[in-house]
Amino acid sequence: MEPSTTDIQGSTPSTDAANSIHTGDRRDLHWYIDKGVAGLVFVGGVSAVLFIIGIFVFITREGFEFIGGAMNLKEFFLSPAWRPTSDSNPTYGAFALIVGTASVTGLAVLTAIPFSLGSAIYISEFAEGRYREGLKIMIELLAAIPSVVWGFIGLVIMNPLIIEMFDVPIGLTVLNAGIILGLMAAPIMTTIAEDALKAVPDHYREAAEALGATRWQIAWKVVLPAAKQGLMAAVLLGVGRGFGETMAVLMASGHSINVPDGVFDSVRALTATIAAELGETAVGSDHYQALFTLGILLFIVTFVINLSADLVIRGIRKK
Amino acid sequence: MFEASPLNQRNKRIERGMRVLYLSMALMLIVPVIVILSVLVIKGGPAISWAFLTEDPIQGMTAGGIFPALMGTVALVIVALIASVPVGIAAALYLSEYAPDNWFTRLINLAIINLAGVPSIVHALFGVGAFVLFFEFGTSILAASLTLAVMTLPVVIVATRESLQAVPMSFREACWNMGATRWQTIRQVVLPNAISGILTGIILEVSRTAGETAPIMFTGAAFFLPFLPEGVFDQTMALSLHLFVVATQVPDVPPELPFGVALVLIGIVLAMNSVSIAFRVYLRGKKKW
Repeated sequence: MEPSTTDIQGSTPSTDAANSIHTGDRRDLHWYIDKGVAGLVFVGGVSAVLFIIGIFVFITREGFEFIGGAMNLKEFFLSPAWRPTSDSNPTYGAFALIVGTASVTGLAVLTAIPFSLGSAIYISEFAEGRYREGLKIMIELLAAIPSVVWGFIGLVIMNPLIIEMFDVPIGLTVLNAGIILGLMAAPIMTTIAEDALKAVPDHYREAAEALGATRWQIAWKVVLPAAKQGLMAAVLLGVGRGFGETMAVLMASGHSINVPDGVFDSVRALTATIAAELGETAVGSDHYQALFTLGILLFIVTFVINLSADLVIRGIRKK
Repeated sequence: MFEASPLNQRNKRIERGMRVLYLSMALMLIVPVIVILSVLVIKGGPAISWAFLTEDPIQGMTAGGIFPALMGTVALVIVALIASVPVGIAAALYLSEYAPDNWFTRLINLAIINLAGVPSIVHALFGVGAFVLFFEFGTSILAASLTLAVMTLPVVIVATRESLQAVPMSFREACWNMGATRWQTIRQVVLPNAISGILTGIILEVSRTAGETAPIMFTGAAFFLPFLPEGVFDQTMALSLHLFVVATQVPDVPPELPFGVALVLIGIVLAMNSVSIAFRVYLRGKKKW
C-alpha cells in the first residue's frame, strides 16, 4: 500500500511549513489566489479611468481632422449658420446650437431650483418617518422615467397644452423643453441638496432651537446658509444633467436652428443635432467630423461641470 | 400659566404656512409623475393586448405589435449586463476592500462620477468610434450593448460599493484573525452579506439600460427590422428607439400606438425600479447589525 503511505507522509506538516508560519511567510495556494484576485479587481477599478480616457481618445480620433482642417474657430463659436449639408458652401457655426442648449438648460435649472430646494428642505427638516421615505421614493421614480418618454410627453401632452394656454402657433419651444428638462433635473438636484442639508451638524439646529427659533427659521437662517456650497453643487449637477440631455430636447424643443428671442421660440440643442444628423452623414466626411467636434465640446463642458461639483462636495466633506 | 405671546402665535402661523409651502413644492414634483402615468395608462391602455406584445409591426409600423422591439431590448440588456456586471463588481471590490486612500483612488472615483455625467449622446459617439469602427463590430447588438455597459457601469459600481461598505469592519477583522486571506474573507464573509444589495443595484441597472435611446441609435438599434436577431453581430429593434420612431418619424400612426409603446417601456422601467426599491426597504428592515 505505497500510495497511502505517501499520502500520510504528505499530510504531515513538515518542519519547513512550521517554520514558515513562524516567519509569517505563507506562499500556499490561497496566497497565490489572493494575489491573483487583488490583481483582477485592480484591473476592474482602473477600467473606469480607462473608459473615460477611451471616450476622449475615440471621439477626438474621429473629430480631430476637422478641428485642424475645415473648422474655423471664429465661425464655429460665433456664427449661427449651421449648414453642413449645403453643396456649394457648407458652414459649421455652432453659435445657435450653443445658445439653444444654454437657453433650455438655463430655463430648466431656474424652474427646478425652487421646487428641488423646497422639496429638499421639506424632506430634510420637516418630514418624518414614512412620509419622508415615501417622498424620497417618489422622487427616485421621477428620476427613473426614460428621456425618450419625457420627449414623448413634451410632444403629445405639453405641446397642445402650451399652444392652448398661451395662444401661440407652436408649442415645441424653449418653454416646453425647459419645463421637461426641469422635471428631469429636479430629482438629482433634490437628492444632492438634501444630502447637503443633512450634512449640517445637528448642534447648529439645537443651538438655534435653544434660542427659541422655529423650524422654518432654523431651516432658512441656519441650515441653508451652512449648506450653501452643497446647494451650489446641486445646481451645478442640475446644469450638467440638462446640458447633456438628448432625446427629450430633440423631441420637445422644436429642433429648428434659431437664436431665440424668448421662451416661445423653437431652438435646437448641441446634443439633439448630433442625434438627428449622425445617421445621415458619411463616415469621415467634414459633417461627420463636425458632429464629433460638437461631442468633444459637450464632453469637455460636462467634465468641467462634474469636476467642479465634485471639488465643492469634497470641500464640504473635509470640513 | 404660560400664555402664548402674540409673537409666539405669529411664529406658529408662519411655521405652519412654511410647512405647507415646502410640502407643496415637493408635491409639485410628484404630481406630474402621477399625471403623466395616468395619461399614459388612459391613452395607451387600449392599445395594449396580447397581440400587441407578441406580433410584428406591420404596414410601415402603423399597425401590429412590438414583439421584435421588446425582444431586442431584452437582448441588449442581457448582453450589456454580461459585460458590465463583472467589471462593475470588480471595480467596487477594489474601491471598497483594497484601494488605499491616495490620489489614484481619487482619480478612479472622479472617473466614475464623470462616466455617469457624460451626456448619453457622447457615449453614443464613443460607441461609434470605438466599438462600431475601431473594433469593427459594425452596428450590432454587441456594439450597442457594450456602449450601454460603459454608460451604466457607474450604477453597478456605486450600488455594489455601498452594500460592501455596509458590511461591518468587525466581520472582516474576525475572519482575518482566523488566518483567512483577503479573498477568502471577501468570498466567505463580505460577499454573502452584501449580495442582496448588489442585486438591487443590478436591477436598477436593468431599468436604466432598458430606457436609454441615444447610445443605441447609431451603434446597433434599427428603425425597422421585423425579425429577431440571430446573434450578437446582428442589428435589432429596441423599445426606446421604437417609441422615438413611431412618435416622430412615421406618418399616419394611429395616436394610441405610440402611447401603448410608451406605456410598455415605462411599465418595464418603473417595475424594475419598484422591485429594486422594495428589495432595498425589505433588506433594511431585516438587517441584524
